[in-house]
Amino acid sequence: MKAHTIETKKGARCRVLEAGSGMPLVFFHGAGGLLADNPFLDQLAARYHVFAPELPGYGESTGEELLEDMLDFTLHGWDVVSALGLTKPHLVGHSMGGMIAAEMAAIAPGDLGKLVLVAAAGLWIEEHPIPDIFALLPGQLIELLFQDPVKGQALLTGGADFSDMEVFKEFYLGQQRRLAMAGKILFPIPNRRVSKRLYRLTAKTLVLWGGADKLIVPAYAERWGRLIPGATVETIADAGHMLPYELPAAFVGAVSRFLG
Amino acid sequence: MKFTWFNLMPWPYLPDDFREQNRSVWVDIPSKLYDPKKGHFVYHQYMDQLEYAETLGFDGIGCNEHHQNGYGLMPSPNLIAAGLARRTSRAAICVIGNSIAGYNPPIRVAEEFAMLDVISGGRLVAGFPVGTPMDTNFCYGQIPALTRDKYKEAHDMIMKAWAEDEPFAFDGKYNQLRWVNCWPKPIQKPHPPVYIPGGGSIETWDFCLDYDYNYSYLSFYGYVRGKSLLEGYWDRVAKRGKDDSPYRAAFAQIICVADTDAEAEELYAEHCLYFFNRCLHVFPPFADPPGYRTVNTIKYGALSQLRLEAQKLMANLTWKQLVDERFIIAGSPETVRQQLEECIKGLRIGHLFCLLHTGNMPDWKTRHSTKLFAEKVMPHLRNLWPEWEDDDRWWIHPMEDRLHPEEMQPGAEKPGQVWPR
Repeated sequence: MKAHTIETKKGARCRVLEAGSGMPLVFFHGAGGLLADNPFLDQLAARYHVFAPELPGYGESTGEELLEDMLDFTLHGWDVVSALGLTKPHLVGHSMGGMIAAEMAAIAPGDLGKLVLVAAAGLWIEEHPIPDIFALLPGQLIELLFQDPVKGQALLTGGADFSDMEVFKEFYLGQQRRLAMAGKILFPIPNRRVSKRLYRLTAKTLVLWGGADKLIVPAYAERWGRLIPGATVETIADAGHMLPYELPAAFVGAVSRFLG
Repeated sequence: MKFTWFNLMPWPYLPDDFREQNRSVWVDIPSKLYDPKKGHFVYHQYMDQLEYAETLGFDGIGCNEHHQNGYGLMPSPNLIAAGLARRTSRAAICVIGNSIAGYNPPIRVAEEFAMLDVISGGRLVAGFPVGTPMDTNFCYGQIPALTRDKYKEAHDMIMKAWAEDEPFAFDGKYNQLRWVNCWPKPIQKPHPPVYIPGGGSIETWDFCLDYDYNYSYLSFYGYVRGKSLLEGYWDRVAKRGKDDSPYRAAFAQIICVADTDAEAEELYAEHCLYFFNRCLHVFPPFADPPGYRTVNTIKYGALSQLRLEAQKLMANLTWKQLVDERFIIAGSPETVRQQLEECIKGLRIGHLFCLLHTGNMPDWKTRHSTKLFAEKVMPHLRNLWPEWEDDDRWWIHPMEDRLHPEEMQPGAEKPGQVWPR
């Protein structure tokens, strides 16, 4: 994929990965950001014109001070779509990105093609409290994110050697910066009341989940399905929270079947 | 020098295997470890000790705010301070302080601190910490990346509420109040001395210097480790063109005094180790949520990896290490005096928060150490800054004719009492 930088009307500078042609599809990453290895984006690009913007505070994107609350994040999403010059793109959001995409769809229901929410954050079910991702040791986080923690570790770190203090320091600073940003909409409870607004959705919606998601358990898929008018819920067994990275082929298959 | 007797008020009944059985003394510590009936005695004992310190000539008595923890039992330090205000009349009451980012609306702090200043006759030292991440973020739910911004806004509201004579509207990002009108107002004008406790965030230095507040470095790692941080602060003071009055800075230090060095170990070792091994046993992620510290502060040196190392160190500490590496200052009056002089001069501080109660130290030992300190150490350290003798910018200015409520009997007759004119 090729990378370039856009500037939103508000002044945030965001790095965007882009590839493919056809219907525009914007992918919104989760709280950890885009991992180094993301084959699912290339596979989606075989059928769609894929854009994967990085939020301010992630990678080379800057302007985190411009975004403070959920409305800021939501409008930023649409500002990115505008800066890219897209009309009615499909929105695909993973985890925190799903939360943002759902808010975008609620605030401007006529401005998107279809909506795909993958292991989306944004709801809270008292019987299924989501683990506090801001209070985890690195090993605990990997356990929660991936069905297979060994593979997960390699995916998350991009194969970096953490015994090298400088490498670790760089990763650590990046992670602090990313999660500081994510905390603005996920801390202390990842619920900014999108549930009150979901009645507004008109786009066809797919709720896609890993059957073995330990972070946001599949009960949440069912809840999203209930709250969004006419939504389809699909579960892929043997995938954890990081479904797009863990099972890219299955993920892309499900998304493509739905988007057409 | 000003000496403030400070009690963190730890819970003294944490079990021997606390560290093995629990991941954290803070945030998610099992509440079954707290026993309210024992707590009754604990609070009274700790408050008695603070009052005792006043009788021995300490300049101040101090308390602070922490939540959901066995390390310090004061979710509301203002309640403790209110009790102290009624049973003392000379010492400064140092509330170090209220974690103002967590108050909604923060005018509550302006009001309660004003009440304390009025009840105590103008003896309040007002501390405004950002609060530890355990308290402000994990217990009180404030968003880490926005905590400093919210803190600053709360500060602005409180200071304006004290300063303004007319009601005003406050249109903040986090707090909107149409009518701000602080009643009562503090006795001390323009406001009580303000102390900003910091744990090592470099942004705090500029904040203190912007407003000429006292910078209080609170650490349990002792003055040797504290030196580089205070040096950073004093560099900043010089760069900003401010005078270098030692009263701009305060430092907290665990101190144990006995008749001899050997007796200090015998009397206090188990209680200091209790503090370091149990009371500081914090699950590392609770101490470092992303966004709480700025990237600049992280780069300044305190990587959380190092904090993990510190945690490991805590598990195997010995008395010898605590003393040799100056985590604590312990020994005979002469030993303590020498090391404290080194500490005070080395850090260039005019205020010392003396932690003379530590961990699960029983009352009699606390008083023994406190008395020896007051009689055999403090007098020798009083005049370390003769050239700044008259600098009272960071100290209390009480009413001359204030009451002495500690001398009154609740049932005493007061015939003919009328409102003062």
